[in-house]
Amino acid sequence: MDRFSWSNGLLEINETLVIQQRGVRLYDGDDKAKLDVGVVLLSTHRLIWRDVKNHECCIAMPLSQIILFEEQAAGIGKSAKIVIHLHATPANKEPGPYQHSKYSFIKLSFKEHGQIEFYRRLTEEMTQKRWENTPVSQPISTGTGSQAGRTRAVGIVGIERKIEEKRKETDKNISEAFEDLSKPLIFYPLYCMIVQTSYLWISNLCQAHILLCEMVELSRSIANKIKDKQGDITEDETIRFKSYLLSMGIANPVTRDTYGSGTHYHMQLAKQLGDMLQAPLEERGGMMALTEVYCLVNRARGMELLSPEDLVNACKMFESLKLPLRLRVFDSGVMVVQLQSHSEEEMIASALDNVLDKGSLTAEEFAKLLGLSVLLCKERLLLAEKMGHLCRDDSVEGLRFYPNRF
Amino acid sequence: MHRRGVGAGAIAKKKLAEAKYKERGTVLAEDQIVQMSKQLETFKSNLEEFASKHKQEIRKNSEFRVQFQEMCATIGVDPLASGKGFWSEMLGVGDFYYELGVQIVEVCLALKHRNGGLITLDELHQRVLKGRGKFAQDVSQDDLMRAIKKLKVMGNGFGMIPVGGSYLVQSVPAELNMDHTVVLQLAEKKGYVSVSEIKDSLKWEKERACHILDHLLKEGLAWLDSQAPGEAQYWLPALFSESTSRDVTPEEANQMTP
Repeated sequence: MDRFSWSNGLLEINETLVIQQRGVRLYDGDDKAKLDVGVVLLSTHRLIWRDVKNHECCIAMPLSQIILFEEQAAGIGKSAKIVIHLHATPANKEPGPYQHSKYSFIKLSFKEHGQIEFYRRLTEEMTQKRWENTPVSQPISTGTGSQAGRTRAVGIVGIERKIEEKRKETDKNISEAFEDLSKPLIFYPLYCMIVQTSYLWISNLCQAHILLCEMVELSRSIANKIKDKQGDITEDETIRFKSYLLSMGIANPVTRDTYGSGTHYHMQLAKQLGDMLQAPLEERGGMMALTEVYCLVNRARGMELLSPEDLVNACKMFESLKLPLRLRVFDSGVMVVQLQSHSEEEMIASALDNVLDKGSLTAEEFAKLLGLSVLLCKERLLLAEKMGHLCRDDSVEGLRFYPNRF
Repeated sequence: MHRRGVGAGAIAKKKLAEAKYKERGTVLAEDQIVQMSKQLETFKSNLEEFASKHKQEIRKNSEFRVQFQEMCATIGVDPLASGKGFWSEMLGVGDFYYELGVQIVEVCLALKHRNGGLITLDELHQRVLKGRGKFAQDVSQDDLMRAIKKLKVMGNGFGMIPVGGSYLVQSVPAELNMDHTVVLQLAEKKGYVSVSEIKDSLKWEKERACHILDHLLKEGLAWLDSQAPGEAQYWLPALFSESTSRDVTPEEANQMTP
């Protein structure tokens, strides 16, 4: 291990990266080196190793140091290794992590595999000895900024550090990351080779974003034309357009009519609901809260579930499809599906009867009586009150309804 | 709705309109709709490829879901608008959130008798995770919030109230205005609040404080402890935490009362 020198990991002109492998631990002879697991890089000229966590910790050794190398197979609890035997330390070697070592060989322990390919490439490089043909100058110890003209350094360490920082930034502030979408995506393909999946992800996400922007622009243009009644657009075409919007998840700017989104999908759904909800509605006194319907229907489906909006849009079509159900919104904003046969008068009359019978009722008591949800019972009582049949006693003990004797 | 007329007269009229439009350089809406359907096909195949690469990641990693949602939000696209959308069908995001919606409704309904329809996002998160079992996909608080946003559409009073760095999830259509919210935020630290605390911290008159607290009592969101030393305390069961409370059975309760 005393053959290694500290390095900044930047490649020189004419030096090319051949292969790199993560998850490698170095051994000084048979002993584990006093370093953590890191990345080993093979270039045409050197063997480089860098700590994964601390990118400043980077060491390198010229390939000319290598006499021979051999594979050491993996064992139980032991990773596969490559043992590299080395020449004596040259006199002008730059300082490194080890001043001195009693061994003249090192081992690379491949904890995340990759030893087969690495061995193959090392063999190639040691056979070709490309470093002999293209000697490199002394490594530059300071940053490359001002030396940009001198080297075309593809500073791996520098790039990976920037990516790590950017990754942290991105994780924290997504919107900032997406501001980059306006800039050309030059960097990403270059980095994709070196970088992990998440950048492939971001690159694909960016492309999806661009495509989506176009589609939304187009749909807005069409919507405006329809609104202004420009051109001769048939009903069919409008329905088709609405279904495109639906499949993209673009809000429908054309109409906010009572027919909801007016697509065939929702018409079908409405008919299905008409069949499916008859029995449950009758069991529950003719009325169900929309959230209850949502749970019931989706539990029954198991997959290809309905979105809340799908349900609302389908329910809005009950009347136009002449189905015996209605969507109803109470003053409180509570939305229910009710059987059309279930008339308002009946509900109010039954509420009044029950209250007269018991003298007074709270929503909870009424719910227990009828075996229905508290929410809907409260709505019935409120309705009866609205019609003037009941009056309330509102105290900290609760809301209680009495027959209206006025 | 316009209907395309038939007959020579209508055709001529159409040709004239087309010519006029082309003159001004504008494109006919019908042509644009055709263009849109072509672009949709392209989009669909791109999305298929996207899904083949990233569907698993989105399923497993809530961070990916956040990024994906934010990307869509910046353009005004709602991938959760419909189960019939491309997003649901190809990327499978829909079912994840819609099912989560069902679970949220069920948890809120089950606890409503106790907390009046108000629950902390943390407690909701814990209970939903428990209900999903060990082998289900992980669910983050961001996922819950997006599912709740969708549930609002169904008008059953779902909403979120910011409190102490997190949120209270409301699942009943109780009217809660700014005053109520502020009192809830005040109560968040200890789980209860008193009239004099409100007077001191918020500088309200006694009547205003009492009015608000009464409303919370009526809605079943607060419980009155009139036996507290000093003055009455108004406790909020939604804010009960593991450290200050626990569930007991009726038998245990009988043994505990003095």
